[in-house]
This record gives sequence, structure tokens and C-alpha cells, in this order.
Amino acid sequence: MVSDDSEAMPSAVKILIAGGFGAGKTTMVAAVSEIAPLSTEELLTEAGIGVDDLAGIENKLTTTVALDFGRITLNDRAILYLFGTPGQGRFWFMWDELAFGAIGAVVLADTRRLETCFPSIDFFEKRDVPFVIAVNCFEGAARYEMAEVREALDVGEDVPIALCDARDRESAKEVLVTLVEYVLSKQTLARATM
Amino acid sequence: MIASRDNWVDDEAGPLVRPYAMTRGRTRPANRDLNMITLVVAAKDDVDTVTLDADYVAILELCRHPLSIAELAARLDVPIVVVKVLVSDLIELREVIARNPSRDVRVPDMKLLQAVLDGVRRL
Repeated sequence: MVSDDSEAMPSAVKILIAGGFGAGKTTMVAAVSEIAPLSTEELLTEAGIGVDDLAGIENKLTTTVALDFGRITLNDRAILYLFGTPGQGRFWFMWDELAFGAIGAVVLADTRRLETCFPSIDFFEKRDVPFVIAVNCFEGAARYEMAEVREALDVGEDVPIALCDARDRESAKEVLVTLVEYVLSKQTLARATM
Repeated sequence: MIASRDNWVDDEAGPLVRPYAMTRGRTRPANRDLNMITLVVAAKDDVDTVTLDADYVAILELCRHPLSIAELAARLDVPIVVVKVLVSDLIELREVIARNPSRDVRVPDMKLLQAVLDGVRRL
């Protein structure tokens, strides 16, 4: 039996941690997860065939994409999963399942390579998944004003942008709080105008 | 993509098992609603280790408390799709109860969102 409202079972919710390769996604998951981040694989099977970007993958059946994720037990009724999304563009077809059930997303931006988070931003904008930008303050990276980052990323005025250190639990927590507050405010607004 | 845990295979089989061998060739679960964060919990207190295949038993033993499909896949070191097929079987066998995430993400449950906010603030 699969139910959507079984009273005996907790609910699972999901937040996605996106960003380019090396932006600190798994680091952020590790900073707040109650378990050491787990890694699982999805096989590229027929689900991926027909996706243009798969051209060049020689053996589709043996290609896998790794997903790193962590867990936060919120209370006895709800469990939050944090999924680091695969950075490579050829795994876009997986994002629909990843986005299913996601309440929102954190896009980790590395100011040394801001363009690497453009695909994530595009995806979440198109799917109406609420997201915040977290600028991971790497050592040695030039510091930018928030306004400069906002302009460079071309995101709406309402999208929160926060500076963070993805290694730091308190800092990563603040980013999550910012995201969930943003999601709640959007929902409240949507309900008020319904 | 390859099970490396010794308890999944006997010695003669060697250390490697093709993932779809575990699903008897099936590449899709009968139950299409299963998601990577579908929560799964064993329906019974005791696991029937005699009649059930080892792969099912391994899942049931992990599911004494609710666990997501993704966690099962990671803990068993098999792809998510393999766990979906096996959990789908276990649902039909009434060995597990599964709960899917809220179907409509556009209209999240406000109470759930508030619980998420309270939870992350407590971190």
C-alpha cells in the first residue's frame, strides 16, 4: 500500500542544494546533516535515451550519476532530506525527479565561476521551485557586493542572496532558514492573492 | 551500480552482481509512484527470513524505522531503481508500508513548512 496521508508515517520533504561542480554542495549537506552524507547512484537507463546531451555516452546502461544527500529529522512527523544535485548538464533529465517534492532549493554560487550556477537558476525558474542564492565565500575569492552578484546572476529582486561558508554548520543553517522563510512568505502571499 | 556487499551473493557467485539480476531483469518498478524520498517501513515486527529472498530481507531489516528509498539504495550500495523494484514487490507482498511525499509541490502544506522552519532553526 502506498498512501499519501498515512497517519502512522512521517512525511518526507526535500531541499535541493545546487550549483556548479566544486561549489561546495556536499560540504553544505555535511555541515547540517545528522548522518554522514550518503551517496547513491541512479543508472542512466532508457529514461535518458532521447536526451540530446547524452550523445557521446558510449555505454548508457553502465553510466551512473551519483547523488549525495543528508537527513535532518525535524520531529516525529517529518524528515527533511537535503540532496546535492549533480552539477553536470547531461543529467538534466534526472532533475525532474529530484525537483518532485522539493520545497525549495539553495543555489551555491562560487564567485570565481558564477556562470556555473546559471543552469540551476534557469531550471528552478522554469519549474517554479523557490530558491535562494548562497554565495560560498571561498578563501582567495574576490568579495563582491550583493548587488553585483544579483546583477551578474540576473535573478529577481525578491530572490534572497546570502553570503555563507558552506563548511560552517551555523552558516549553512542560516541559509536553510532564509530559504524556508522565503518559501513560507511566497506561500502566504500566493494564498492572500488567490 | 554493482553490489559489493558480501551478503548479497554467495561465494560461488563471486563479488559482483549485475544490478538487474537482483530484480530478475526488471528495470522499472510495477509501482510507478515510488520516489527517491518515498518513506518505507516494515509492516511486521518479524522478518520472514525463510521464505523471502535475501535482498528483500536486507531491505526489511533496514526498514524497522521509516527510511527513504534513497537511503536504502545508499545503505545497500545498489542503484535507486533497483530498490524501487524490490520495494514495489514488498508493497505487493504487504511486507512494507510506503508513504510518498506530498504530490503537489506547488501547494505545500503550510503546517509542514512551519515544521521545517522550526526544525532548521533548532539545528
